[in-house]
Amino acid sequence: MIEFRKEFFANERDDNLNEIGKPTRRQDILGHVTGRSPYFDDHLFEGLLHIRCVRSPHHHARIRRIDISAAEKMPGVVRVLLGKDVPRNLNTLLSLLDFGLDDEPVLSETKVAYKGEPVAAIVAESEAQARAAVLAVKVEYEALPHVLDVEDAVKPGAPVVCGIYPTNKFIYHGKFDHQKLRYGDVEEAFSRADHIVEGRYQMSPIEQAPMETCGAIAAPEINDRYVCFTSTQGLFFSLGTAAKLLTMPSSRLHFVGGTVGGGFGGKVDSMHEPLAILGAMLTGRPCKYAWDREEEMQVGAPRGAERWYIKDGVARDGRILARKFTGYFDSGAYTRLSSYAIIKGVGHLPGPYTIPNVYADVFCVYTNRTPATAMRGFGITGVDFAIEAHMDKVAEAVGLNPIELRILNSYRDGDMKAHRRTAKNCALVECCQVVAEKGGVALSPASRAATSLIDGGGERGRLPARTATDQNGAVSGYRGGSYGKKGGGASAMQPIRMPTPTDAARAPQRPAAPAYQPPAASPPSAPPPAPAMETPRHGALRFSSLSGFRRR
Amino acid sequence: MAKKPVTFTLNGSDRAAFAEEGLNLLEFLRRGIGDLSPKYGCGQGACGACTVIIDGETHLACLTMADAVHGRKVETASGLANGKVHPLQEAFMEYFAAQCGYCTPGMLMSAKVLLDRNPSPTRADVIEAISGNLCRCTGYEPIIDAILATANMRARA
Amino acid sequence: MRVESYGTLAEAARAMGPDAVFMAGGTLVMRDVNAGTAASRIVRSADPALREIRASGDGFSLGAGVTMAQILAHRDLAFLAPVARAVGGPQVRNMATIGGNIFAHHPYGDFAVALLALGSRVVQAGQGGARSLDDVLRERGRSGGSSAIIAAIEAPRPRDPRAFGFLKVSRIKPKGVSVMSLAAHLPLEGGRIRGARVAFGAMGPAPLRSAAVERVLEGQRLDATTIARAAQLAGDGLDPPTDALASAWYRREVAGAHLKRLLEKMERG
Repeated sequence: MIEFRKEFFANERDDNLNEIGKPTRRQDILGHVTGRSPYFDDHLFEGLLHIRCVRSPHHHARIRRIDISAAEKMPGVVRVLLGKDVPRNLNTLLSLLDFGLDDEPVLSETKVAYKGEPVAAIVAESEAQARAAVLAVKVEYEALPHVLDVEDAVKPGAPVVCGIYPTNKFIYHGKFDHQKLRYGDVEEAFSRADHIVEGRYQMSPIEQAPMETCGAIAAPEINDRYVCFTSTQGLFFSLGTAAKLLTMPSSRLHFVGGTVGGGFGGKVDSMHEPLAILGAMLTGRPCKYAWDREEEMQVGAPRGAERWYIKDGVARDGRILARKFTGYFDSGAYTRLSSYAIIKGVGHLPGPYTIPNVYADVFCVYTNRTPATAMRGFGITGVDFAIEAHMDKVAEAVGLNPIELRILNSYRDGDMKAHRRTAKNCALVECCQVVAEKGGVALSPASRAATSLIDGGGERGRLPARTATDQNGAVSGYRGGSYGKKGGGASAMQPIRMPTPTDAARAPQRPAAPAYQPPAASPPSAPPPAPAMETPRHGALRFSSLSGFRRR
Repeated sequence: MAKKPVTFTLNGSDRAAFAEEGLNLLEFLRRGIGDLSPKYGCGQGACGACTVIIDGETHLACLTMADAVHGRKVETASGLANGKVHPLQEAFMEYFAAQCGYCTPGMLMSAKVLLDRNPSPTRADVIEAISGNLCRCTGYEPIIDAILATANMRARA
Repeated sequence: MRVESYGTLAEAARAMGPDAVFMAGGTLVMRDVNAGTAASRIVRSADPALREIRASGDGFSLGAGVTMAQILAHRDLAFLAPVARAVGGPQVRNMATIGGNIFAHHPYGDFAVALLALGSRVVQAGQGGARSLDDVLRERGRSGGSSAIIAAIEAPRPRDPRAFGFLKVSRIKPKGVSVMSLAAHLPLEGGRIRGARVAFGAMGPAPLRSAAVERVLEGQRLDATTIARAAQLAGDGLDPPTDALASAWYRREVAGAHLKRLLEKMERG
């Protein structure tokens, strides 16, 4: 039951709401209740072929040999696909936004880096025949040592998961092996704090588990085009990814989607469309590639695991003077969207609290686990859990009611946030007050009287007089843009001197693209960024439109 | 593989088609007959998205061999509307009882059998009746409300 | 893969072999068919005897093809209704059979736990006499079981339905697969337990009895002291599996707490 508390911020709001709080019918509801909504698999094709993948039984192994001769002779098998059949067998999803290096093959040729990684694909007349033929592919592996823990993975000498990032850490902006946030001087603030409160928090991976498993059907169309029905959550994202991997102009691809049987972030990785289209290209027949439930759970990319260390310096009265984060995102074997989750997460630090000194080192770490991707607030949900658990710990340390502690430290309108934006439309104080009321928690008169509208700004609205910076984790050999750097022709993240991992050997060089310019944060000690130049960009989308950061 | 003729009644109409040996009823209905309303969610009987009614009882189409319906009456969500939408469908629309809609055909089948047998179920009865149907958008409450509202509406009518 | 259908169970029994599997309700075998891992021959039978329930004053006989829904609908088997209702949702209960449940691996197979606690006997098609369910399950746990088809299950009826108790532990409410299931038959003579049978599911390769718990209960009154002693020994001699739901360690740790809950519920009547 929704309860509207209209007494709050009444003068900031037009109360003539036409939709909010009123029942409304979904526009697609008639199709849903009559069983006629067209999900990707609800398109029938004569002569449909079925694709199933041969998957690695190892966490980490070199591929010595793939023998498909027996599988090719199995009943119903029309074609066996290998990595060499993929026109451009290396990609990173966010390359469409000029973010990160191509790191993941569609079908691995030289090594596998997680259990379930596909190394070949069977195209057969029936699903049962495809399953049978999968078992007939003989793959000779040389098992390699594997690493499944983020902190083990960043230790010297750890197995190298993905040769493109030889230290098992994503490279941010061509400069650092982690995403930095520096705001004020936490060490100085710790030295004058009354309490130091430290904590370690960990979140496990979570599978989105949509009712409809991920999949796509592709078929040759007229005029040398291919139609692709897909369960994707990001139709144009999948279109761009397929066009890139198949080295085909997107005008030759006719993507149909939009009816998704639950996604929750698990249907953005565009794993199915390229292979289904490739199957249709090489056989001339409609092809379906869909996961069964077991694959959805085992190789479907989950919300990644996160580990956070938080250290707070707190004054006797409960004001948090400094907060320092070290975070590890478990990206699994490839980048997918974890690099972006961290950008989002670091923009969110230190949570909805005004803390004058904030420091964060957050690592996107490769391990031999299933690659992680989007899921409902990824990048935020995990660290919010850590932050709020830590707030309770701080409350205990200073002897304050946890709700009072939150009200005391909440953002007020006009406060400067750690990512150098002014807070506005704050409402945490009021939320806390309502929570206390509902929970029967008696608040102090000061907490009851608090509001988001006053006591903010002024001194609290100014940037720190000094921000301590450092070059920890600096890398060389990568050329690239950075948060502060604008314009120019230098491509973000173009490696100058690449390590030559075997699985990167076939990576085609990309033409230089304009610099990557995430707009909403700045490098250590930089002044607040001026509005970015409207650099003309071809192809690549603005990162801001994906990240939800808006220019103001 | 051998093919067997299967004749049965689907939503009141006589149907006949060949089914490959070992084919499950879900694939048979979807690709053999062209009724796309039952959905594949797991192929293991865990999710209920493929729920159909066979001779008045709910069954999981993915765990039923196609030829098992020979000579029997099968109902699916696509046959629920008869000229106009069924009261359950109307209630599902009114109560926002579907988000992605993928579990909805199966849910409707379970709800129909419940109300056919028990016109005035309690909330607990409804929860039990849909306990074999998963909804990952976690819209269970509106679904329960919609089923109870259908029962109430019928009681008043 | 070949699917063979036989009019009588006797014919089906003759058709069985190491390359064949018998399919009843389909909730287990069809999963394997869908996954492409089923045996090369699937044997079915439409023999009406499979669906027969015969209940008498001191016992009952269930055809192996009797479904959970049939148990729920049968007036004379009300004491087993909570067990049948704990199996799956309505769709599964309309399909899943008593015979199949005896072959269901954890986290399924809850009904077999109840049958084991009741001291059931198994009638195999084409074979005279009946074997104890204990033996059939032990054999299944060791070697996967024989290829003989189960025709029916016979069990004595508890003289006092309150002497029989069942508890299924799952993580998902109201319905989920079992972390473990427990069943106890504790007949009382003059206020003391005579012929205690306590069975656990998902605590070994197949449902199994706890000899240690039964020994503690035998000859005692069902009171707080006895229950506490039984709970302490709950994990003894069991070999719980580790699966996606729980580790062996966890199952062993919590077995006592759940046994205590079951016995306390039975103590209250």
